[in-house]
Amino acid sequence: MPAFLLKRFAQSIVLLVIVSIIGFVVLNLIPGGPLAQFALDPGMTEADKARLAEQLGLNRPLLVQYFDWAWRLLQGDWGISFRDGNPVLTVIGRHLFATFLLMGSSTVIAIAIGTWIGIRGATHRYSTFDYAATVGAMVALSIPTFWFGLIGIYVFSLKLGWLPAGNMYSIGDGSVLDYLHHLIMPSVVLALVHIAVWSRYMRTATLDAISQEFVKTARAKGVTERRVLMKHVVGNALLPMITLAGVQLPSILTGALVTETVFTWPGMGRLFLDSLGYSDYPVVMGLLMFSAILTIAGNLVADIVVALVDPRIRLA
Amino acid sequence: MTTLTATHSPSRWWQSRVLRRFLSHRLALLGLLMITLLTLACVVGPYLLPYDSLYIDLRARFAPPFASDHYLGTDPLGRDIAARLFMAGRISLLVGFFAMVLSIFVGTLVGVIAGYRGGWISAVLMRTVDGFLSYPTIFLLLALAAALKPSPVMITIIIAVTSWMEVARIVEAEVRSLKEREFVLAGRMLGLGRSHIMFREILPNAMGPIIVAATLTVARAILLEAYISFLGFGIQPPLPSWGNMLNGAQQYLASAPWLAIIPGIAITIAVSSFNFIGDGLRDALDVRNDTV
Repeated sequence: MPAFLLKRFAQSIVLLVIVSIIGFVVLNLIPGGPLAQFALDPGMTEADKARLAEQLGLNRPLLVQYFDWAWRLLQGDWGISFRDGNPVLTVIGRHLFATFLLMGSSTVIAIAIGTWIGIRGATHRYSTFDYAATVGAMVALSIPTFWFGLIGIYVFSLKLGWLPAGNMYSIGDGSVLDYLHHLIMPSVVLALVHIAVWSRYMRTATLDAISQEFVKTARAKGVTERRVLMKHVVGNALLPMITLAGVQLPSILTGALVTETVFTWPGMGRLFLDSLGYSDYPVVMGLLMFSAILTIAGNLVADIVVALVDPRIRLA
Repeated sequence: MTTLTATHSPSRWWQSRVLRRFLSHRLALLGLLMITLLTLACVVGPYLLPYDSLYIDLRARFAPPFASDHYLGTDPLGRDIAARLFMAGRISLLVGFFAMVLSIFVGTLVGVIAGYRGGWISAVLMRTVDGFLSYPTIFLLLALAAALKPSPVMITIIIAVTSWMEVARIVEAEVRSLKEREFVLAGRMLGLGRSHIMFREILPNAMGPIIVAATLTVARAILLEAYISFLGFGIQPPLPSWGNMLNGAQQYLASAPWLAIIPGIAITIAVSSFNFIGDGLRDALDVRNDTV
């Protein structure tokens, strides 16, 4: 087990390095480079810009710049936001809760519904439910998340007036109930695509588990079908799902950005878009790196959990 | 013991097993029909409609659909939505298609080389693929779109840059398994060069998963283009695209909901048809179902 952990951890480090290189390349692709904020300032002369470039060390070879940048990232110096002068990490930190709340609740919804649909589809293979679930999943994967959100706002906020059309809470009412009220639509909208993905994978995983020998044994022993399902099949089917949860992380972040835009949810995705609009590149880069690090960490955690839960991997 | 049924050996390609299996997949046929009709509508439609997509008629703004000879209504500037929809379709479909071509090309190249050579070349290439996959697609897309000029060609390129990784993964896995087959060993014994084996022997046998990946990549590319255009970083007005038609629609949701509903339906139809076709192709090309 420790050998496995060490190897997995080393892999993550390598991945982090590669990710940082890609990030650095993107950073330097931005027109004007790190001096972009001054590109449009009429008061800045070429001489001034040259002096700044010298001061910020932009004349050094790219390799040196990269290591300097990476070292600063590791130390926690992610730059200063162009917009309000606050450290980038502080700015990101302010928006973390909103995004995690959204991602967390939609993941819970997606897992709950997706698992149920997948298991039901597997146990009643080729039934009407199964066909409907399969086609429904494929269509759900084809619906643009933001469009689904707009339709949701139109039906539930404008026509029916049941749910608020945006924001995390109503001003003047910050109760938990209010938060939940605002959370419902964005979570469901974000969850749609993931329900589709989960249900399809769960169906396959359940089918795989049902065809195993130990299920035949359990049935022969006289265990009731329901108990067979609950105790033996579902547990084994859920194993690859843990890995799937890790792999889905970047996809959830993508969906979160779009959902936050439509519902004016004050999260990291909205921050990313706003910062792009303001040309606030330090925050943009910070969020890019943050999301990549989050994904790598998430995958690492998922793999460790699977190793802890599945004895076959530990003892291999 | 099960008896093997002798299947008719195809002498013409339209009699092949793969085609027959594909044609029995109802959903895939539906997808094919939908996308054919949609493409036809986008190519021919603007010539058949009474209004031009660029004609601004402020007297006819916000006309609802099915009420006048603006068949699908008009937008805030009085432009005919049906005409705009089909012109936008041309751009969205073209961007999707060419983004697929580019990402298939890059992904297959990387996948074949990584899969066949193995060793540290494969390790470096596949770790790079993993690195790219660690970024949420839209974050990367938006950062690149903001950094570079947003012309349709540029959009196609950056969508391809964020889509080639999945293809590379699939191709690498396929090549890795094909590498162990006897025909590769035979090729090596015959003294065939490495490139010859990679691209003239192994690659043609890996086409199945590549074709499936291609259809699914088109679906994904169309969706990604819609996302970034909706957010304002993709195809810029006055060029219409399904995504940027939805850009201004949110503020008019109460008064003119058709502005939001109609382009979304077009996107959903296009993307789901490619998903259906990809699913059908995957089933048709699945070797495990073969009896012979």
